[in-house]
Amino acid sequence: MKNIFAVSGIVIKELYRRKDFYVLFILTVLICLVMASVNIFNDKSIVRYLKEICLLLVWIASLVIAITTTARQIPSERENRTLFPLLAKPLTRTQLLLGKFLGCWLACGLTLFCFYVFFGLLAGSREHQWPIINYLQAGGLHWIMLGVVIAMTLLGSLVFTAPSSNATICFVVSAGILIMGRHLNKVALHMPEPRRGILYSIYYAIPHFELFDVRDLIVHNWPPISWTVCGLATLYALAYAAVFLIAACVVFRRRALS
Amino acid sequence: MKECCSAGQLPVIEVKNLSVTYRARGTGQPDRLAVKNLHLSVRSGEVFGFLGPNGAGKTTTMNVLLGFVNASAGDAFLFGANVRDPIARQRIGYLPELTYYYKFLTAEELLRFYAKIFGIPKAETERRMDAVLKLVDLEGVRKRAIKTYSKGMQQRVGLAQALINDPDLLILDEPTSGLDPIGRMKVREIIQRLKDEGKTVFFSSHELGEVETVCDRVAILHQGELKVEGRVSELAQQHQCNLEQLFLRVIGYTNAPNSPALPSRQNVALPSESEPAVSLLHHSSTPFLHSSK
Repeated sequence: MKNIFAVSGIVIKELYRRKDFYVLFILTVLICLVMASVNIFNDKSIVRYLKEICLLLVWIASLVIAITTTARQIPSERENRTLFPLLAKPLTRTQLLLGKFLGCWLACGLTLFCFYVFFGLLAGSREHQWPIINYLQAGGLHWIMLGVVIAMTLLGSLVFTAPSSNATICFVVSAGILIMGRHLNKVALHMPEPRRGILYSIYYAIPHFELFDVRDLIVHNWPPISWTVCGLATLYALAYAAVFLIAACVVFRRRALS
Repeated sequence: MKECCSAGQLPVIEVKNLSVTYRARGTGQPDRLAVKNLHLSVRSGEVFGFLGPNGAGKTTTMNVLLGFVNASAGDAFLFGANVRDPIARQRIGYLPELTYYYKFLTAEELLRFYAKIFGIPKAETERRMDAVLKLVDLEGVRKRAIKTYSKGMQQRVGLAQALINDPDLLILDEPTSGLDPIGRMKVREIIQRLKDEGKTVFFSSHELGEVETVCDRVAILHQGELKVEGRVSELAQQHQCNLEQLFLRVIGYTNAPNSPALPSRQNVALPSESEPAVSLLHHSSTPFLHSSK
């Protein structure tokens, strides 16, 4: 475990010493601040729409950070040749991958924490309500979903040659699942065979990221969801993350490094 | 092998009948045999020079020793353990050629990270870090980000990371590549110092003069095959030429200066794929070949 933690520590250090996170955070903060200061038609319910847009920004920023950070991990290690002195030490390839996964996931957790704290303070100052449980559930499920995205991107970084192509594909797939995932089965109903079967297979095979999207809890100040549901969603994400990580380990272990 | 173990100790590096083939998947080109039936053993405390022209198979052999590439045939062992076993890498230090270490870290942070992987306790890490940074002359810049280092300094930080676990075996892939004369001299001094401390050093280099100075034994590889192996002093004495001349002859560059059988300049030809280079190992009966202590 110490090896996994050592590798993850480097990933976290990289994230806060690079400018990517700060740029996205400052951009999101500026947009949110501008929107929060708006008072259209003196309508108090407008706050809900503003919250929705700001949360969407947070989701996009977090996806960009998670995917770009993960996509460059292994390719940059190869390109800079730091992979070689690293693997020449008593560190297995599986430990390296798990360390990278953990590092990216924890780093994304830190960024999410910053985003949600800022957003919570902003929304709370306008609404004078502090639904902390809602924020915990929405942020927690968001973070767990990012774990699956990170595992998927890590696998992609071993399959695709260029980090940019991997990042683009992973972003399109993740956004596609978030937007279209829940509708695939309904679309399949109207299709003839064999397209229906294929679409159903895709529907059941893909990780349904939309299950983790509980922004409405914050937007509408709805009561928190059951913790059992949160636990089941966590297990669901863990299973998908494990599948992606095992596949990544298999690919990486078979690969010659030269 | 028996010769090698005459001192009653296991060889530090042992390569048996090693072959490595790179598959040319989907390129329409034939598979490339990078290393052919290589036998090699390096004893404890030796400085071993692994020579050969570019593409001879030196780095591939090192990659097998470090577990980066799997052998197509044969076996390789470090301290008696199969190279695929991570435990084999506990006692080694490795300096790859042209590595750009994590730019966002300082030399101190980099060394601490590698020490953590070796499981070195914190107090011991600090002590070793001081020692290796002093050895590679980077004490004054230990808190500076690596991205601000010159090429020579980066190479020295690489050497420091290779030494952080106080290894018994150092594998150095062209350690002086791209360094200025002072940088080269420093690396040579460090190798000499490690040799005096009884460490085993296995390194590849194109700087034959430096190899001649610091190495106890050398092996010359050409087109994946081991052509010559022996003690530097014996090779020079018995063949009546220096290492550079021998090297040129082995790789088939037959107009090496002072060579006993030099053809006229017009007839000089470099070896081609179809026409293998002169193999002293196979075509000569000179006694120094494959000689050992």
